[in-house]
Amino acid sequence: MGVKLLLDKVHIEGIRYYDAYRKNGGYAAVEKALKTMSPELIVDEVKKSGLRGRGGAGFPTGLKWSFIAKPEGVPRHLVCNADESEPGTFKDRYLMEFLPHLLIEGLIISSFALGSNVTFIYIRGEYAWIPEILEQAIAEAKANGWLGKNILGTGFDCEIYVQRGAGAYICGEETALLESLEGKRGNPRIKPPFPAVKGLWDRPTVVNNVETLAAVVPVINMGGEAYAKIGVGRSTGTKLISACGNINKPGVYEIDMTISVEEFIYSETYCGGIAKGKRLKACIPGGSSVPILPANLLLKTAKGETRYMNYESLSDGGFATGSMLGSGGFIVLDEDQCVVRHTYTLARFYRHESCGQCSPCREGTLWMDKILKNIETGKGKKKDIDLLWDVQRRIEGNTICPLGDAAAWPVAAAIRHFRDEFEWHVDHPDECLKRNFGLAHYADPIEVVT
Amino acid sequence: MSEEKKLFKVTIDGITIEVEPGTTILNAARQIGGEVTPPAMCYYTKLKNSGGKCRTCLVEVAAGSAADPRPMPKLVASCRTTVMDGMVVKNTTSERVLDAREGVVEFLLINHPIDCPICDQAGECDLQDLSYVHGADASRFDFEKRTFVKHNLGPYIQLHMTRCIMCYRCVYVADQVTNKRVHGILERGDKAEIATYIEKALDNDFIGNVIDVCPVGALTDRTFRFKSRVWFTKPVKAHRDCSKCCGKVHAWFRGDEILRVTGRKDQWGEVEDWICNECRFEKKSIHDWVIEGPAEINRHSVISQGHYSGKVGTTKPNEPFSKVMKGRQPNLLMDIHSVSEVNPPELDLSALPGPAHSTDFPKRKDTGEEPLTISEKSKGRLG
Amino acid sequence: MEFTVERLQKVKEIVARYPDGKQKSALLPVLHLMQEQEGWLSVESMDYVASLLSLEPIEVYEVATFYTMYNLKPVGKYMFEVCRTGPCMINGSDEIIAYIGDKLGIQPGETTADGLFTLKTVECLGACGYAPMMQMGKHYKEHLTKEKVDAIIEECRRNAAMNN
Ligand SMILES: Cc1cc2nc3c(=O)[nH]c(=O)nc-3n(C[C@H](O)[C@H](O)[C@H](O)COP(=O)(O)O)c2cc1C
Ligand code: SF4
Ligand code: SF4
Ligand code: FES
Ligand code: FES
Repeated sequence: MGVKLLLDKVHIEGIRYYDAYRKNGGYAAVEKALKTMSPELIVDEVKKSGLRGRGGAGFPTGLKWSFIAKPEGVPRHLVCNADESEPGTFKDRYLMEFLPHLLIEGLIISSFALGSNVTFIYIRGEYAWIPEILEQAIAEAKANGWLGKNILGTGFDCEIYVQRGAGAYICGEETALLESLEGKRGNPRIKPPFPAVKGLWDRPTVVNNVETLAAVVPVINMGGEAYAKIGVGRSTGTKLISACGNINKPGVYEIDMTISVEEFIYSETYCGGIAKGKRLKACIPGGSSVPILPANLLLKTAKGETRYMNYESLSDGGFATGSMLGSGGFIVLDEDQCVVRHTYTLARFYRHESCGQCSPCREGTLWMDKILKNIETGKGKKKDIDLLWDVQRRIEGNTICPLGDAAAWPVAAAIRHFRDEFEWHVDHPDECLKRNFGLAHYADPIEVVT
Repeated sequence: MSEEKKLFKVTIDGITIEVEPGTTILNAARQIGGEVTPPAMCYYTKLKNSGGKCRTCLVEVAAGSAADPRPMPKLVASCRTTVMDGMVVKNTTSERVLDAREGVVEFLLINHPIDCPICDQAGECDLQDLSYVHGADASRFDFEKRTFVKHNLGPYIQLHMTRCIMCYRCVYVADQVTNKRVHGILERGDKAEIATYIEKALDNDFIGNVIDVCPVGALTDRTFRFKSRVWFTKPVKAHRDCSKCCGKVHAWFRGDEILRVTGRKDQWGEVEDWICNECRFEKKSIHDWVIEGPAEINRHSVISQGHYSGKVGTTKPNEPFSKVMKGRQPNLLMDIHSVSEVNPPELDLSALPGPAHSTDFPKRKDTGEEPLTISEKSKGRLG
Repeated sequence: MEFTVERLQKVKEIVARYPDGKQKSALLPVLHLMQEQEGWLSVESMDYVASLLSLEPIEVYEVATFYTMYNLKPVGKYMFEVCRTGPCMINGSDEIIAYIGDKLGIQPGETTADGLFTLKTVECLGACGYAPMMQMGKHYKEHLTKEKVDAIIEECRRNAAMNN
């Protein structure tokens, strides 16, 4: 059984509310941090923990914090990224709904470490019922002296506000998020300058994911070194995985990054195997932007080694034969699923979510959507597959923000690993509308030792 | 502290130059000039925050600086990246750049109507120039092009949204040069458009400058009399005493008539100074202006390509096209006859007796409005 | 389309969070408030928001058209926003969309003649593990089946009848 640091108390009755949360050890980390540690020490502790951003890119959090500029007399801000819109990802929602105080606790400590007196949670607009949960937790924390003026007599003031987006995946990109928070269209900014220097209202700003900030609580409670001992290599601590698709037990799981992909899919503790007794065909292990892997490359790396659920192992082999842990949105496709159709829905998604600022993304996502729709509905030609490849290739790396890459990668990986399926669509125009199509790349489930 | 400013050395396509710290790669390249200079469709020196969007100016940074000579992994937008001391940049000497740029041009064109034969901007269009040099030769876009609902922006300015490349320059002009912005970018992604949401005229004092900054024919001058092709007109430097603006303009003549008035553009196609609406739209009589002399058109556009130089007396480019392009032949934007229904083979533009009017081209049959341009025939070729 | 007194108070509270002169930051929350009150964002209500926050109207239109949650046209009393992105698609969202459409006699994007229901397709709402799903007002309806859709429509009709 893996270690749990975030969801260990989620099943306690009433943990959503202050009393139960406090009784079960809540806010001890705030106490420890504010009373016994300096901001610098907290940053050091987070550095030692090896905690990496849980929003997708996996950038070391302590290092990111150490970059924040500290010009004289200019306020700094911490912004919590709760925009969670990457298809396959629904872990932050789970944390905020069921453990709001864990996030608030992490936010207080992180605000103290960064010197943010006004901290924002930017939450996707569709999660319309969650701001109330968070605001209640904030009010409870404030009533009990954890927020507001002169917290615990330290002289540190902090307010946390929740602000809703209004329907735009791109506002998860940190600079688009800041634009949106400033009341503008969610157009990503051109970097540099980076938010650490010029962020919200041109002030130094750090943007972190919900899960990252929640993980600061166990880091402080147990100490950075102890936290770093959990997990493996540079994948320290625990990670929330939101599993969905054709599995028996979709949901949010906390793993300690030492388990294998195979165990994660087939063990009863986690996904519980493929639904309806079918076979595993493919998986997108880290949210819709990361490359899809066929079953054989998912369970084992190209070198034939077991693949594990962590940053390094999932990306083993690069994009040629590997993928990424990304945001932890784990999408499983069974043998009857059509990769072309699935890829088409993703291309349509990225087209819909492009802000439209830069030409390769604005025009390229439109083009990919149209070509894929043609192929999927039996109107494609062989040359369209090569064209699709060429279009994604010329989007990737040439755009303002990584949404262009995020749109290109799934298409590239689908063609790379499932080209035969694309060709089948082209060759069988009548049939491809009639049934879902799973052709190649089956891997029979291998026995799992529990 | 020493008073002397240290200059940064930067090498672009093998040519080294010293520039002030804070200079962008693009502006450093412009100081060198010629082929080394990346094309820029959205950056505009006089507009704060412009640039970074069109991605035509992407270059490769082969060495970041003398202190840290590592290459940058991605191509960078030269208009928004400042030089470092010892930086080594590759523009036309980089295969990656040429390929990416060809891609960008293709992206910009897939939804562009390529209605050059009826576009007022033809001959002075940055997109047309760009696709001459960097474009692929055939369209691979097998779909219907994007269309927009038509918006009326009032008596001065005509908007053809289908031609817009979303450079945002006109939005920055309204923000930074006029006292009130009524147009902006609506919707997002491929649906994004320039519009006012509810019908409003663009008519405040300096708004006419959006026409000059627009790199394509999306915003044009409705008062442009007779709708002459630009290459039939002759730009002349002129000025007048204006209480609102510098009053220094280019007046575009045909015979003794002023067909339109624009700001004076430099060799990069940027205006030297903003001009007011009155000078631009209201002063079309030769008596309004003091004429200084012929304006130099120093770009590789069709205005200066020599087709018509004999007739209208514009300056011929110093070097032949092939030399500028180091022996490569220009990739022709298109064989107009093969793509255009409005410009059938029997219609020879240069043989028209006077300025070509849009009435010289067949009208669209259904609406009697804009002529149809791209058709089945065009599938094989794009510009 | 002016705000009620309570909502005006709320706007003041929100604006107070930001530094002086940065009241534009309140735009998204204030548009949400307006939509809550009016059901959609008319030109008049957007112009009102603009004057409230000292913005040019175009700044409000630009933002309102960027984000998908703002209704720029009136919508039905109940809006079914069904997700159709990959994870929901492989769990049958297409059938659910077709079923709702058939049952209500409308296509995605349309509103029933009685003004009760609007059907809309949307992209991933962060409920992929509970697919197929849709958003209805403030809440999510998850693990949709035809039976569940029937029950939801039934309930909406009952509520609408009661409130009239
Ligand atoms: C298109 C796009 C969407 C993103 N969406 C999210 C998101 O929904 N939530 C999130 O935490 N990070 C998202 N990110 C990553 C953020 O830009 C940023 O890296 C992250 O919030 C940093 O937090 P972390 O270091 O704690 O991971 C997105 C990035 C891109 C390019
Ligand atoms: S890559 Fe796409 S989303 Fe990002 S800035 Fe460009 S157009 Fe906008
Ligand atoms: S109308 Fe012209 S200036 Fe304005 S964004 Fe479009 S191309 Fe640029
Ligand atoms: S000119 Fe540099 S990106 Fe457009
Ligand atoms: S795909 Fe439907 S909620 Fe994520």
